[in-house]
Amino acid sequence: MNAEELLTFAARRISGRYEVDEFGYDAELNDKVLLELLRPLYRHWFRVETIGLHNLPPDGALVVANHSGTLPVDALMLQVALHDEAGRAVRLLGADLVHRLPLLGHLSRKTGHTLACKEDADRLLRKGELVGVFPEGFKGIGKPWSQRYRLQRFGRGGFVASAIRAGVPIVPCSIVGAEEIYPKIGDLRPLARLLGLPYLPITPLFPWFGPLGLVPLPSKWLIEFGEPIRSDEVDPAEADDPMVVFELTDQVRETIQRSLNALRLRRGPAFFL
Amino acid sequence: MSPVTRTVLVTGISRHIGARLASVLAADPAISRVIGVDTVPPTSLTRDGGAQLNPLGRVEFVRVDLRSPDIAQVIAAADIDTVVHMSLMSGPAGSRPAMKEHNVIGTMQLLAACQRSETVRRVVVRSTTAVYGSSPTDPAVFTEDSEPVEVPHTGYGKDASEVEGYVRGYARRRPDVVTTTLRFANFIGPKVDSPLTRYFRAPLLPTVLGFDPRLQFVHEDDGVEVLRRAALDDHPGVFNVAGDGVLLLSQCLRRAGRFFVPVPAPAFRFLGEGARAVGRMDFTPDQLALMSHGRVVDSARLADEFGWVPKFTTASAFDDFLQTRSAR
Repeated sequence: MNAEELLTFAARRISGRYEVDEFGYDAELNDKVLLELLRPLYRHWFRVETIGLHNLPPDGALVVANHSGTLPVDALMLQVALHDEAGRAVRLLGADLVHRLPLLGHLSRKTGHTLACKEDADRLLRKGELVGVFPEGFKGIGKPWSQRYRLQRFGRGGFVASAIRAGVPIVPCSIVGAEEIYPKIGDLRPLARLLGLPYLPITPLFPWFGPLGLVPLPSKWLIEFGEPIRSDEVDPAEADDPMVVFELTDQVRETIQRSLNALRLRRGPAFFL
Repeated sequence: MSPVTRTVLVTGISRHIGARLASVLAADPAISRVIGVDTVPPTSLTRDGGAQLNPLGRVEFVRVDLRSPDIAQVIAAADIDTVVHMSLMSGPAGSRPAMKEHNVIGTMQLLAACQRSETVRRVVVRSTTAVYGSSPTDPAVFTEDSEPVEVPHTGYGKDASEVEGYVRGYARRRPDVVTTTLRFANFIGPKVDSPLTRYFRAPLLPTVLGFDPRLQFVHEDDGVEVLRRAALDDHPGVFNVAGDGVLLLSQCLRRAGRFFVPVPAPAFRFLGEGARAVGRMDFTPDQLALMSHGRVVDSARLADEFGWVPKFTTASAFDDFLQTRSAR
């Protein structure tokens, strides 16, 4: 932005004359401020490389990704990747916990996230948005170091049901690199329970080095978008048939696991390269 | 299609929207009588500022306490065919129990009278989107079929849910009568006086620290228009009514150019109670929830059924309110 653009931008922000969608997504704030803060991390710290962007359909789709890293940095990097390299605003479905927290809950709405619930997923997909989901949830992001790159259970397959109802393709997405940013080698369970958190990690740097322990390790990242999996071959009426849903869920899960294994080999060591 | 509406009863006529609706209906030559009831006489029916040829004289005011069975006599005596029930109170004018009694018992008495009536064939009820509650785990957008995640357990939202329950019961017992329930987002406009408009008129505004709720407004002109349409034609069902789009509270405050102070939720509640004590604003727990989590509804069903959408969007309704506010 040059000085003049910056001034009109500031004037618009101060006067409140900008658009926010019904989910609370503030596209301008997201692009100009929030993602801008993440870009150095994306480009220089994790040196993220994307593969298979051509697999993203031009219209609405559901991007299903693995979840890891103790803190949801992978979600934010996926968002930067899709925004900057594919020109797509991805609408991520987030956990209850995030939306219950002051500051974070409303910040995540401004950056385009919403609550992971059937109503919101259906509504976004009906509007032709690109929706992103991490079906492993806390089981994935909070898994111990020893379990890295092993996909956890994909919830109850609610995401698949939503895709079937909307008739949109599912894009399997594999993220390699996030597992190494905060290696979780222990869990302060009693304290986590006390704070109402799903886990409170011990990593090689946290809590020993205090706030410094929050600096993610500079692992090398690869994000791959696989070939879309069709969901419109299933009758929308079968979206609540558990057999159909589980079958498709397993297919997506296996696709991502296979691609994770291959990507890990392709990347080699996480650090010092 | 439907026979010409002849006699309309409007409850809650002493308040702004009710008074405006009554004068608009009175100006319609297709309507022979408009009877307005309320517990207190209307202060002035001329507040609409419209250019009608003195339609106000045609609105007959009857002073009735809805909590008493007197309303049955009014309905029986006047051969009323359309009832527009507007007298829900959103904030405790006196005490909370009095408000609840006015809202809930008043509706029961009115519906009981309608049920006995042979002439009533259309009932329109003003409700509120507050029936959906307001919580951090709400779906982003409520449709008429959404169940509230956290059922409102105090205040206006609770009263309105109970009122809607009685309306559903009435509709079941009298399937020959067309019932329309309109769930309005917060009214806003030059002359609206509500906890929310009083809030936006305050010189210094507290906000809840860490929360930036999504809000929706419906302009008073649109509110009157949709009520008029519901009173004149058959539109059975429940409909959300909100201006298109949303505004974040932070956007509202920036547009208003007012100073605001983010305070932690408990302090906000305390301030609200203090403000209520001096009669400035009333911040009830449901208001606190709205100011924290916000609420957005989908008005697509209204557009489908009525073939009409509110003229003002949420943002333009708010701007219209701001313009007249600064002109004061």
